[in-house]
Amino acid sequence: MPKVTFIDLEGKSHQCDIANGLSVMEGAIAGGVPGILAICGGSCACSTCHAYVDDAWADKVGGPNEIEDATLDLANDRRTHSRLTCQITMQPEFEGLVIHVAKND
Amino acid sequence: MTRHVIIGAGQAGLQIVESLRKEGFSGEIALIGDEASAPYQRPPLSKKYLLGQITAERLLFRAPEHYGRLGVELRLSTRVTAIDPAAHTVTLAEGSQLEWDRLALATGARVRKLGVPGAEDPRVHVLRGVEDAEALRQGLEQAARVVVIGGGFIGLEVAAIARKLGLEVKVVEAQSRVLPRVVAPLVSTFFHELHTGHGVRILLDQQVAALVPSADALTVQTQDGTVIPADLVVVGIGVLPNTELAEAAGLACDAGIVVDEFARTSHPHIVSAGDCTRHRNLLFAAPHRLESVQNAVDQAKVAASTMLDAPVPYAQVPWFWSDQYDVKLQMVGISTGHDSLVVRGVPGPDGFSVFYRSGDRVIAVDSINKPAEHMAARKLIAAGGQCDPERLADTSTDLKTLLQ
Ligand SMILES: Cc1cc2nc3c(=O)[nH]c(=O)nc-3n(C[C@H](O)[C@H](O)[C@H](O)COP(=O)(O)OP(=O)(O)OC[C@H]3O[C@@H](n4cnc5c(N)ncnc54)[C@H](O)[C@@H]3O)c2cc1C
Ligand code: FES
Repeated sequence: MPKVTFIDLEGKSHQCDIANGLSVMEGAIAGGVPGILAICGGSCACSTCHAYVDDAWADKVGGPNEIEDATLDLANDRRTHSRLTCQITMQPEFEGLVIHVAKND
Repeated sequence: MTRHVIIGAGQAGLQIVESLRKEGFSGEIALIGDEASAPYQRPPLSKKYLLGQITAERLLFRAPEHYGRLGVELRLSTRVTAIDPAAHTVTLAEGSQLEWDRLALATGARVRKLGVPGAEDPRVHVLRGVEDAEALRQGLEQAARVVVIGGGFIGLEVAAIARKLGLEVKVVEAQSRVLPRVVAPLVSTFFHELHTGHGVRILLDQQVAALVPSADALTVQTQDGTVIPADLVVVGIGVLPNTELAEAAGLACDAGIVVDEFARTSHPHIVSAGDCTRHRNLLFAAPHRLESVQNAVDQAKVAASTMLDAPVPYAQVPWFWSDQYDVKLQMVGISTGHDSLVVRGVPGPDGFSVFYRSGDRVIAVDSINKPAEHMAARKLIAAGGQCDPERLADTSTDLKTLLQ
């Protein structure tokens, strides 16, 4: 299972094994990563699973599609590498992915 | 030590717990729910879960260990049978009592039953909890002919899934259009055509009179004598708020547990949030009851703030979504009391939005496959909804620019 490192708002890192096919958000929830709230359960409706893809990974992970892009407009402090983690599906190439949790409330 | 007790381990109950901890409450918390599962999401029950795309484990809001980390006593399969507001206790089904300093009712809602002969037949399904969804999913595997009673969101979502599974689907609706209470007629028409285009037959203005069982069918009979044979019937005719506990405890109820903008019931130390409440939202003149993720979460935050004696009033814009086939409907605001409509775009596969206006203000917007318009509409309504209708209708104007 690919490993993902989440860095929370306090700078603490959390390593999660996330099965391919699950979303990065689901992995964060399973691993109890603080700050990933995901109140809509991955329906791309709430933006409370917002995070920043680490600069080194941004190209590989890619940007949001149209609906995610729109939903990201609701997120706090949107930046260049903002993504909704419920819209990133784990795949083998994401082994070692680094994600910085955004301020979700 | 201080102990707060939350009745109902659904979306609102869990959010109250999370907010209490986030705001720094360090006393004891007990979250009591009568379902067997730890808190889980309901929306996928009529969507991905019913289609068999995700397992029950993936419905859970939080991993089981999370509750330990939060320091919450999660008691599942445990029903609260009584509240004593004077003694500050609740009684659990097995007879024990629990004391509380502050109490929250997040008891949600249950499905409305179809009160006709034959409604107890095992081929009749409803959809509220994960057990209902699992039974329905298995039932659909065996069925060829499905009748959905009720053309509301849940009925239409189930109809869409049953079609995706290749089943023959008929929807029986008592009113003259689908989604009658929640959207404008042109949105109803869009969804009607969407479903008929996918091969669903929709019967309008039809009251179900009886379900007549036989060995090889459960036949739906309507009041005008129409008979529709089915292998499986799904009833989706709305929900009733779970107010009995509150009523028995003497709390004010009026088709919902009555709460003010601080989620306070008529008892100063008891709050309530989610589907079970008839509540005040400062953005609206009249109180209302809502069944949505947004309301469960936002009102739960308000309830937690009140439990901590730092009350923040409820003034959040309601939003909702529904997925049917490849169509995503996103709604914001409450359209009740609108006096005019502005349509942006052409109802069809490319998507459109309908703006509900009251005087010169936009009070609600339904967007079909227009996520950017929905998100702009959320901001527009939060900002008061003042907006030039001609520019709203003009698809060459970027809605975002209307907000400046
Ligand atoms: C099939 C389906 C699809 C949906 N789709 C959407 C959607 O797409 N978008 C959207 O925004 N919303 C949707 N909703 C609505 C949304 O899921 C609800 O509004 C939300 O779950 C409400 O949360 P709640 O905590 O208020 O109530 P609930 O989730 O009903 O939780 C209340 C809990 O309290 C328990 N309880 C009640 N009485 C007692 C007692 N005496 N003792 C112990 N426990 C008790 C109940 O069993 C239940 O577990 C959907 C709902 C369903 C059923
Ligand atoms: S979980 Fe709601 S947008 Fe990702």
